[in-house]
Amino acid sequence: MIIDPQARYTETHEWVRKEGDQYVYGITHHAQDALSDIVYIELPAPGDTFSKGDTIGTVESVKAASDLYLPMGGEITEVNEALTTTPEVINSDPYGAGWMVKFKATNPGDWDSLLTPEAYEQLPGE
Amino acid sequence: MPYLPNTDANREKMLAKIGASSIEELFKDVPAAYRFPELKLPKAVSEMEVLNELYGLALKNSSTGCFATFLGAGAYNHFVPSAIPYLVSRGEFLTAYTPYQPEVSQGTLQAMFEYQSMVAALTGMDVVNASHYDGATSMAEAAIMAVNVSNGKRRKIVVAPSVHPQYRQTLRTYLPGQQVVITGDENLDASLDDLKAMLHSDTACLVVQNPTFFGELLDVNGLADAVHAAGGLLVVVAVPVISLGLLIPPGEYGADIVVAEGQPLGAGLNFGGPYLGIFAAREQFVRKMPGRLIGETTDTEGRRGYVLTLSTREQHIRREKATSNICTNQGLIALTAAMYLAYMGKSGLRAVAEQCYQKAHFAAAEIDKLNGYQVVTRGAFFNEFVVQCPKPVAEVNEALLKKGILGGYDLEQDYPNARNQMLVCVTEMNTRKQIDMLVEALRSI
Repeated sequence: MIIDPQARYTETHEWVRKEGDQYVYGITHHAQDALSDIVYIELPAPGDTFSKGDTIGTVESVKAASDLYLPMGGEITEVNEALTTTPEVINSDPYGAGWMVKFKATNPGDWDSLLTPEAYEQLPGE
Repeated sequence: MPYLPNTDANREKMLAKIGASSIEELFKDVPAAYRFPELKLPKAVSEMEVLNELYGLALKNSSTGCFATFLGAGAYNHFVPSAIPYLVSRGEFLTAYTPYQPEVSQGTLQAMFEYQSMVAALTGMDVVNASHYDGATSMAEAAIMAVNVSNGKRRKIVVAPSVHPQYRQTLRTYLPGQQVVITGDENLDASLDDLKAMLHSDTACLVVQNPTFFGELLDVNGLADAVHAAGGLLVVVAVPVISLGLLIPPGEYGADIVVAEGQPLGAGLNFGGPYLGIFAAREQFVRKMPGRLIGETTDTEGRRGYVLTLSTREQHIRREKATSNICTNQGLIALTAAMYLAYMGKSGLRAVAEQCYQKAHFAAAEIDKLNGYQVVTRGAFFNEFVVQCPKPVAEVNEALLKKGILGGYDLEQDYPNARNQMLVCVTEMNTRKQIDMLVEALRSI
C-alpha cells in the first residue's frame, strides 16, 4: 500500500491534502487497487458546495461503481477535467495527476478529524 | 424448482435474531381473520370436469377477434404473424433468466442486442435498453433520467397535456419520492408555445407525445432547439410505435430520450399486459440511462460475443444506488418485438404503417360526411382521430357494441371539455367492410 505522507485520510479510502488556502481531494492507492481498472468518473462542477460527508460524484471501474464522499464541507474551486477522458490516471498516479477536485473548506477544523498517514496505514483488514 | 426447507432449528434461530417469539407474532400485523383464512374450495373433481368448467367460463369471454375494433388510445390491435407466438414460446426463450453469465447466455444476449439495434434504427437514437414494463413507466424513467443528467440541479418536468393521460398519471405515481415538480398539463388546452414558455433554467425536460394522444402529428420544428436553449432534454413519447414505420424518427428532430409502448410489435393486446417499455437515448447520456444494456464484444480468441455492458450501473452491483430497478421482466416481450421487427423488415413495417394511415384517413373522411358527426382533428394525423358525436360516447359505444363493433375511446373521461368526443383508431386489421359497417352504424344511431 502506497501512502502520501503529506495527506490525511478517511476510512472510505479518500485522501485530502492542504494546498495553500485550499484542499485537494482524491482516492487512495488502496482504493484504486481494489476497484481495478477505472473507466469513468463523474465529478461536480466548480462552485458546487457540499457538507461534510456528502457524495460529490462517482467513480466506475470494470468491477464496480463507487460514490465519492467529501470528508470536509466546502465549495469546489477546481475539477480535474483531464480525468474525464483519461480516468486511468487515477490508477497510475492516485496522489498526483489522479487528483479529483480542489475545494475551499467551510470549516478548516474538519481536517483534524481525518486520519493521519500512520492511522490510515493501521486500518484493520487493509 | 424444489423447496429449500428450513428446519425448526433454523426457524427458531431466525426468529430469535429478529426478535419475534413465534411465526404467529411475526405476522401479527395481518388481521387474524386473514392470516389463516378458511379456503372454501369445492371437492376435488377430475381433470375432464375441470376442463369442462374452464371451457364454460371461457365461452363467456369475447376477444377482439369477435368485433370490428376501433379502440386504440395506447393499446393497439395489430396483426401478429403466427411465427411469432410459435417461436417466442419455445422453452429456451420462455424460461430464460437474467443473462448474468455471458458464457451460457449468448443466445438471449444476442437476441437482446438485436432488439436494441432495431429499436435504435426505428427511433433514430444511439442506445436502447432492454427494457421497461410499459410505455408509461418508460416515460417516468425518462423524466427521472433527465433530472439525473442535470445532476439533480433541474427538478421541473414540463409535460404536454396531449401526452396519454394514463402515462401522466403513472409519472405522478412514480415520482413522489424524487422531489420534482411536474407541470405543464394543469391547463389541458396548453399549446406547444405555452409549454415552450415554461422552459427555464430549472427545467429538466419537456415531455411530448408524437403523434399526440389525439392522433395529431406535432409541429416539431424548433422544438428541440427551444428545450436545449433552456438547457433541458427533449423526451418524446413515440406512441403508437407503428407510426415510426412512416414518420421521421424522433432522433432526427433532436429528441434526447425516446420512449414508446412496444405492445404493437407482435405482443398482441393481452388484456392489458404484459407490455413492453421501449427506452432509447443519446450516447452522451448512457451512464445515466436506466435498465439493462447488451453490448457486442470479442472473446479472447477474437470471436464475436455479447455481454451485459455498463452493468456497474445496475442493481446486482450498485444495489440501492442503481439507476433503476428494472430488470428481467420484459425480456420475453422485448424478444417478441425483435422477432416481429425482423419478421416484418423495413418494408413490412412501413406497409403496416401505411395501411394504418390510409385506412384511418378513409374512415375519417367517411365519418366526417355523416350528419351529426364531425372529425375535429385538425392538421395531419396518423391512425387516430377525434370525432365529435351527437350523443355521449358511452351511448354511441353501447349501440355500436350491439352491432359487433368496439367503438373508440371516450375522451371526456380525461378531458372535460371534450364533450361527446370519441378517439377513433384504425389499424391494418380493419377491413373496408368493417369501416363501412362502422360508418353505417354511426349513421343509424
